[in-house]
Amino acid sequence: MAVDMQMNILIVDDYKTMLRIIRNLLKQLGFNNVDEATDGSMALQKLRDKDYGLVISDWNMEPMTGIQLLREVRADAKLKALPFIMITAESKTENVIAAKEAGVNNYIVKPFNAATLKTKLASVIGNF
Amino acid sequence: MSGAVPAELVAKLSSLKTKIPTYSRDEIEEVVSEMLSTMEGDLSEMNLKLYAEVESLARYIVNAKSEIAALRPDEIMSEHLPSATDELDAIVGSTEEATNGILQAMESLEALVGEMSPEIGEKVTEAVTQVYESCNFQDITGQRITKVVKALKHIESKVDALVGAFGEDIAKYKAAHPKAETAKKEQDPMSDSALLNGPQLPDNASKQDDIDALLASFD
Repeated sequence: MAVDMQMNILIVDDYKTMLRIIRNLLKQLGFNNVDEATDGSMALQKLRDKDYGLVISDWNMEPMTGIQLLREVRADAKLKALPFIMITAESKTENVIAAKEAGVNNYIVKPFNAATLKTKLASVIGNF
Repeated sequence: MSGAVPAELVAKLSSLKTKIPTYSRDEIEEVVSEMLSTMEGDLSEMNLKLYAEVESLARYIVNAKSEIAALRPDEIMSEHLPSATDELDAIVGSTEEATNGILQAMESLEALVGEMSPEIGEKVTEAVTQVYESCNFQDITGQRITKVVKALKHIESKVDALVGAFGEDIAKYKAAHPKAETAKKEQDPMSDSALLNGPQLPDNASKQDDIDALLASFD
């Protein structure tokens, strides 16, 4: 099935520069409908207000972290199937296991490059 | 207790008496007394040793308190730690500002790709992508610095407890060493060491206009 390049993507990070970098890289890949949130609670509100095809979220944010957002998403009847990629500097095995157990679809470790982002996106939403 | 000693035992004791030399009561008393006096001597020595150890420990604690007071943990609390955290916050702020500037420039360049030949456009896009990737550093360094700031805050709370515990000794030290206090205040602001301050925090820094105005005031 072809990937919907018009899908809404929500990117979540407390560093504005990181949001800008991810947005620009997504734009290069052909995804232009990108919204931003700076923590999990803001993201959750946006996810409940609009239809999204993918979430790309940082882990370490306040007040709601990325893993908490992921758990909220998986516990929500309407959102539970939403593809979710964690993009974070938290690279300990325990973090990856916790994210996997919470239902993450893929995991990108910062600092990352454009090729990794593209590969991980393709593995979650399909080749584009 | 049963009354009579068994006849067999009495016989054995009588037999022993003949084998062991007998001592008078006075002789035994003398030996016991001598033994006790030796023991008393031992006990006093032990006590003396213990007292000496306690005294040495007390001296050590008093010295340690003076040394800690001389380190002026109150200064670490009031000046050095807040200054260090402010400097680190400033690093995060300035790297963020610089990163945004770089990203802005790259976005402007990328917007021009449509006007370039496909070959050149591709090369430019590739270079711009590499810059985006490199700009990851701001997030990573920011997070590392945040960890350091947290560690400093932890140290700050420990030093605060230390200042609380040694407040009296610190006050005594300050009263006993007024010269050091005055010397610090009276340092020549134009001395080479006083002029080495590094970059100023944004709120304290002079703007180029201020510097120009100051320079102009010499004309």
